[in-house]
Amino acid sequence: MILALSAFISIFTTLAIIAVLGKESFGFFQQVSIWEFLFGTHWEPLLEPKSFGVLPLLAGTLLIVVGSGLIAIPTGLMTAVYLSEYASERTRSIIKPIMEVLAGVPTVVYGYFALTFITPMIRLILPDTQIFNALSASIVVGIMILPMVASLCDDAIRSVPVSLRQGGYALGATPFEVTKNVTVPAAFSGIIASFVLAVSRAFGETMAVTLAAGATPNLTLNPLESIQTMTAYIVQVSLGDTPAGGIEYQTIFAVGALLFVVTLGMNVAANWIMNRYREVYE
Amino acid sequence: MNNFKSNIEKRKRIESIFRTICKALTWTSLVILVVLLYHVAEQGFHRLSPDFLSNFPSRFPDKAGIKSALWGSIWLISLVFLISVPIGISSAIYLEEYENKGKLARFIEVNISNLAGVPSIVYGILGLAIFVRFFGLDRSLIAGAFTMSLLILPVIIIASREALRAVPQSIRHGAYALGATQWQTIYHHVLPAALPGILTGVILAMSRAIGETAPLIMIGALTYVAFVPESIMDPFATLPIQIFNWASRPQAAFEEVAAAGIIVLLVVLLTMNLAAVIIRNYAQRKYRW
Amino acid sequence: MVINDPILSIWNLNIRYGQTLAVKNNSFEIEKNKVTAIIGPSGCGKSTLLRTLNRMNDFIDSFNTDGTINFDGNDIYAADADPVEIRRRIGMVFQKPNPFPKSIYKNITWGPQINGYQGDMDTLVEESLKGAALWDEVKDRLNESALSLSGGQQQRLCIARCIAMRPEVILMDEPASALDPKSTARVEELIAKLRQDYTIVIVTHNMQQAARVSDNTLFLYEGELIEYGPTKALFTKPEKQQTEDYITGRFG
Repeated sequence: MILALSAFISIFTTLAIIAVLGKESFGFFQQVSIWEFLFGTHWEPLLEPKSFGVLPLLAGTLLIVVGSGLIAIPTGLMTAVYLSEYASERTRSIIKPIMEVLAGVPTVVYGYFALTFITPMIRLILPDTQIFNALSASIVVGIMILPMVASLCDDAIRSVPVSLRQGGYALGATPFEVTKNVTVPAAFSGIIASFVLAVSRAFGETMAVTLAAGATPNLTLNPLESIQTMTAYIVQVSLGDTPAGGIEYQTIFAVGALLFVVTLGMNVAANWIMNRYREVYE
Repeated sequence: MNNFKSNIEKRKRIESIFRTICKALTWTSLVILVVLLYHVAEQGFHRLSPDFLSNFPSRFPDKAGIKSALWGSIWLISLVFLISVPIGISSAIYLEEYENKGKLARFIEVNISNLAGVPSIVYGILGLAIFVRFFGLDRSLIAGAFTMSLLILPVIIIASREALRAVPQSIRHGAYALGATQWQTIYHHVLPAALPGILTGVILAMSRAIGETAPLIMIGALTYVAFVPESIMDPFATLPIQIFNWASRPQAAFEEVAAAGIIVLLVVLLTMNLAAVIIRNYAQRKYRW
Repeated sequence: MVINDPILSIWNLNIRYGQTLAVKNNSFEIEKNKVTAIIGPSGCGKSTLLRTLNRMNDFIDSFNTDGTINFDGNDIYAADADPVEIRRRIGMVFQKPNPFPKSIYKNITWGPQINGYQGDMDTLVEESLKGAALWDEVKDRLNESALSLSGGQQQRLCIARCIAMRPEVILMDEPASALDPKSTARVEELIAKLRQDYTIVIVTHNMQQAARVSDNTLFLYEGELIEYGPTKALFTKPEKQQTEDYITGRFG
């Protein structure tokens, strides 16, 4: 029964997350309306006059999500196609471990890399770029989620039966045509699920964006400006000396709850897509 | 028969363009890795010295060292290991061997895979509210260890379940046929056979725990700690937190110190992953089915 | 055996997987507009040999060949030979039916479409399905998924998909081995019908099937070509002892 108890710890964890986020957010929303929180365009919870509109943080997060997605999704998919359709076993045996290493590098290292390498590079080309900017963070988050996209897409593509591909080749199709019309459509649900999971990962990414993207809540679409993501805000507050119970303290739970709900929604969606549309082959 | 217009030249051109793009993008990851490692080495290598390992953090970059962070990481990871491994393996055994069908099992399984996708900073918020405040553990090693354990439990459970599942049914049947109970079967046969796979998963989870930063910042792991922790109730710093602290300072000299810290962190991680690979290879030779 | 009108000429063909020699020094020709059966026990290399004829083995890393395979005057393994072009002209039907998870209609039109077919697609679909004796069963549900068909229907769809390309040669790799007896009979009838317009090479481990459908038979044993001749002669008066042992069921 000790075994069963251990297994239930995962459920307790989930319940605890919901309880903690719920309780403190509830306190927060007694003082700030949900409407103001979700649709307000100013986020100034630490300075008077305080305002609690989460949109600037959300916009900052989305800027990172979109930017990193634009980098990681095509690259990851094409890598998976190359690995499964063209590459020799030798190439696979080189690239796969590299992907594992890239996936295992701690996020704080990526943050450092963005700040001290990618940002100077960008500023070399675009001198107007701010030191902290969304572009640099997007690139580095893109690199971070690339292995995930590549390896999940690779799994999805590899689960397409070889016989189906051979059917395509036997009709005189080129590898590109087989990929475009046979393999990718057959692996589509797995590929989409991998995109959703990667996006969810980018959404919750913390250290790299804290280091590279800045701490300026900024409702902007310009990736060269300093912004602040939801996660970076939470870090900022906890680095300061915020007393428990105050509204500043409660903001991190409200923002955390939003973060949790969105990422959980995406993960559930990804699982659902994978199960619902899984092609059944013999 | 010839309603077919020969378009082979054009198709071959598209094919070769597509192939070249795919190939280039694939090898980009190698380039990124090389650039990343080179950049870190170039920045930090000359800062590495015995003093760097034995000094405490300092306001002066030349005197700054990583001793307290290194020991903090070692303490933390040992505690996380002691907490998460027994729980993780027990959960996996329960889910794989005892409760492997039915609605409850399915529910727990979905729950675990969703927990694996929860951003690490949310675990930090959880740790802050539960361990630091509610249980009053304050900003101690043990609060950090509990928080980190919750974070990596899903990883250990998922890896251990896969390892258990890979043990062929015939092993279990063989043991049952000799009159063994279920627990005897698991303890004497299934678990030893799955152990290498489980260990690999555990080591990967531990590397994750060593590299994680955000949850520890949340629970307030201090960024300036000038002593080696002596008990589980002591405050602490860890390698990634120290690196974060250095990297966020504006002086260029601290960038180099951060890079030196990264080299130490990567060496620790590399050693652990090497161990994982060796165990995996050893296991593949010992158990073949 | 002397062949009057060869479409494929194979000279001194060796096929290797890494160090293993799977097919040893085979030389033979395939007669145009005839059905040639390749028989032999499991693992004798017959599927390997068949897949070499339209370069489907290219996807295996360790695979290599030497010798020549002449198709229409050109060596298909020459450096400038294009596997895509070769596979367009030499089609293949696989052991297990492998329709694409698309509609019946699209399964047939996809090959011609990528290969620049200029004619009317509806006509082509109808002709091909009729050619594969499947039209009557599916004409009202061309837009349904090909996976909704039975195994035997799926295999005939794969044949229809293949003949929509108007290939010069059709390679069949045990096309009926995954089917029930009734579907097998239908596929065999179809082969008999197709022989009028196409050259067919069929691999089978079922000797009765070889005897029923083929004009010429080639017996392969452990990668070596033991005997090749008109089917009737080979089954009634085999020249080699090994052939006789095999067709009378003493091994294999």
